[in-house]
Amino acid sequence: MINPRRVAEALDVSTDVLVVGGGPAGAWAAVAAAEAGSRVILVDKGYLGTSGATAPSNTGTWFVPPGEGRRAAIEQRQPRTGGLADPRWVERTLDTAWDKLHCLATWGYPFPRDDEGQPYLANLRGPDYMHFMRRRVLGAGVMVLDHHPALELLGNGETVAGAGGIDRQRSRPWQVRAAAVVLATGGCAFGERILGSATLTGDGYLMAAEAGALLSGMEFSAQYAFTPRPSALNKGLPFRWASFTRQDGTPISTEGRDRHAAVAAALLDGPVFAQYDQASPEVRQWLRQGQPNCFQPFDRIGVDPFTERWPVMLRCEGTVRGVGGIRLLDDDCATGVPGLYAAGDAASRERLTGAISGGGGPNSSWAIASGNWAGRAAAVFAARHGARSAERPVTPLGQAGLRPARKARPGLDAHAIVRAVREEMLPLDRNFFRREATLRQSLERLDGCWADLRGHEPADGAAALQAREAAALTATSRWAYRSALARAESRGMHRRPDRPGADAGFACSLHASGLDEVRLARADGRATEAVS
Amino acid sequence: MIEIVSARRCIACDVCVKVCPANVFDAIPAAAPAIARQADCQTCFLCEIYCPSDALYVAPDAEGVSGVSEAAIEAAGLFGSYARALGWRRGRPDGAQNDPTFRLRVAAQ
Repeated sequence: MINPRRVAEALDVSTDVLVVGGGPAGAWAAVAAAEAGSRVILVDKGYLGTSGATAPSNTGTWFVPPGEGRRAAIEQRQPRTGGLADPRWVERTLDTAWDKLHCLATWGYPFPRDDEGQPYLANLRGPDYMHFMRRRVLGAGVMVLDHHPALELLGNGETVAGAGGIDRQRSRPWQVRAAAVVLATGGCAFGERILGSATLTGDGYLMAAEAGALLSGMEFSAQYAFTPRPSALNKGLPFRWASFTRQDGTPISTEGRDRHAAVAAALLDGPVFAQYDQASPEVRQWLRQGQPNCFQPFDRIGVDPFTERWPVMLRCEGTVRGVGGIRLLDDDCATGVPGLYAAGDAASRERLTGAISGGGGPNSSWAIASGNWAGRAAAVFAARHGARSAERPVTPLGQAGLRPARKARPGLDAHAIVRAVREEMLPLDRNFFRREATLRQSLERLDGCWADLRGHEPADGAAALQAREAAALTATSRWAYRSALARAESRGMHRRPDRPGADAGFACSLHASGLDEVRLARADGRATEAVS
Repeated sequence: MIEIVSARRCIACDVCVKVCPANVFDAIPAAAPAIARQADCQTCFLCEIYCPSDALYVAPDAEGVSGVSEAAIEAAGLFGSYARALGWRRGRPDGAQNDPTFRLRVAAQ
């Protein structure tokens, strides 16, 4: 892919720790690694400060003081996780998030004050938070390379040894050699138009799998969000005060039901409308003042969302607010590939949230906690292995979209592949409600996309990024649906109307691996039925 | 999607080129940036709040181009409206200290 004859000034630098991705997890990882004494470079596909799902949003944090109340909160949530969360991991996530949110306050992040005059640390305003984290990262001495998408990892035969990509605003390749790499590339939204989707194409999953890492919980990738149509505002909080109606005005009953499933079923029949009519005048005022992005779609077209009804849709959030991701081996967020760590939405969150979405709060605390663990562990690894690593020659590990598997044809249509992924992964009757027959149909088409990607000549510059995004989207979709097929039951967000109810035999994580051939394995080591 | 870069308001600082996470804009020497990759816009409105001169307008339709005119947006007072709602000024953050969302989180329980 990287053709030195085309561009004279390729960037080629060395560092101790490379962080890929500039959302909250990446920012915290970079600060943690720098504080542990490492030289750190952070590369982002977009811009550290606006990239990812957090920056455009307003997010709660899961913020529970240590002690009895915390134990109670963990126990209360545990049954809802489909039995897949690990209370010890929940505890350590809460513990680290508690510490680091207090750090944020000490560093001067402008938390609002409650009626007792105390800073309220359980909420972060996305644009302000990530603007603040950018300054903190730069202040820690981290070199930040914006608009430097990573296309592939580098390896030295023993460990991961950095990454390579393109500087998309200067059209030149870059390569960063590093003794350890943290992947904080976010989740995968399958090409859906949600906040943050421009950067959330599953790139880290693809790079990790090419290096030999496993994916875990990829069937928990069916999270959807209520969204005013046709905006990208997948923010849940105002919908706490929404009621839903069909075209003819008849209400959709959500009382005591899974609200998302009730609305999803209605959407399969026809248009659905919503209205924030359950909000008191006080709540309306707080909503407007506290969630101003949620009102842009209405104010800009002159609709009053409290007194008028407006079309609503469910937008797919994939693994962004879903669960699945790179399997973590241990408390350090190691992936099992020496020198490679994962954090935030790029990592599987099953140990924290099990089979259900963490929503905003747990997910944002996870980004803080896992970012800190991964950053610190990467710094320790780099200190231990850096000297040896620096002496070994590196090879690039990227395959699909970069290096063809066989005699290659020209003219890859990356847009057509992204379109196919969207058509298979976004519809409610394919991904929200999953059935064996539709999963198999979709997989046949997605396998075809993958063969297409593997059989085409590599592209240069911006086209290479498009090809890699198409490859990451396709690979993620194949892991998601193969895992969904293997989990022949319903659990949490994984809804199989053809296999209703949870099966005690499936109270266990599923690991997916492989690119050309996807393999499934149970985390408990028992045999899985063959999944073809 | 991003629809308007107002040449009248723009001071050609190119901050939108720098901060757009989807790399939608191209810098043009001594002129307003061009919307070069409109279809890549993720409709997050962040370019608007980073713009020091309220020169950008993102229409709320994430699926396609709505075709609004600069005159209509100017007349409706919508340039910079999201930044004002947040409390950001001249492209700099402010207002998070006044965020009442914690009251909503209590009310939602």
